[in-house]
Amino acid sequence: MGRLLVPLLCGLIFGAGLAISGMVNPAKVLGFLDVTGQWDPSLILVMGGGVAVFAAGFLLVKRTARPVFAAKFEIPTRRDIDPRLVAGAVLFGIGWGLAGFCPGPALTSLAFGMTKVYVFVAAMVAGSLAYGLWMRFRG
Amino acid sequence: MEIVNFTPVPALIGGMLIGLGSVLLLLLSGRIAGISGILGGLLPPTRGDMTWRLAFIAGLAVSGLGFVLLGDVSAIVIEADTPLLIAAGLLVGVGTRLGSGCTSGHGICGIGRLSPRGIVASCIFLGIGMVTVFVTRHVIGS
Repeated sequence: MGRLLVPLLCGLIFGAGLAISGMVNPAKVLGFLDVTGQWDPSLILVMGGGVAVFAAGFLLVKRTARPVFAAKFEIPTRRDIDPRLVAGAVLFGIGWGLAGFCPGPALTSLAFGMTKVYVFVAAMVAGSLAYGLWMRFRG
Repeated sequence: MEIVNFTPVPALIGGMLIGLGSVLLLLLSGRIAGISGILGGLLPPTRGDMTWRLAFIAGLAVSGLGFVLLGDVSAIVIEADTPLLIAAGLLVGVGTRLGSGCTSGHGICGIGRLSPRGIVASCIFLGIGMVTVFVTRHVIGS
């Protein structure tokens, strides 16, 4: 339940949100990032709506001892702003701005059968895997 | 600046569904719905920690299939060519691992729980994304 059905349904709801909001369309994402040109502000409402619902639900999380189907909440505890966080956000920002894809919409778009999506996802997986292996190798 | 293609109602409804899927995953399974983290946990995989990650990604893919059936895939426009897509994918892959998150983990969940790291990372990738588009469209592209 907690490992299979819940994540599957949550992924489905999350992906439906990406599809309905238009975030699966890189042109719409780039239209938002293009603040000095012809600007599409839609992404503000996507983030705003998402943050509002998550924040409301998070109040409930804080009053709950443990998740319904798991032993504990796995929530990041770090609060420091380190160089890795900053450098990673910069690299991600450049990549996001170059193609208009971030990880969620890219994975959701795999079902569209478009070669360009496969190319992006393959490169994203390669980058993530390279980092993961490098970190594991370094210990 | 000229405002075009603004779709406030679908944007807000879609955004709220993204928030709902994220908070349900936390309340029920105790996990943060950060997509780069969910994918990254499989690269390389760890035994006993794969099922929920694959299930969530499968859920995303199924909703994409729903969009193929109910939505308009012909409206999807990917301007970037292959070399640019490869560069962008590598940057997104490495950057989200190095920075511990993307638009979902930092943007929705991080800001939603007022995490300083989430707020700072979101401001940076939003700002850098805007600068990148400015450079590619209005400096190089013009």
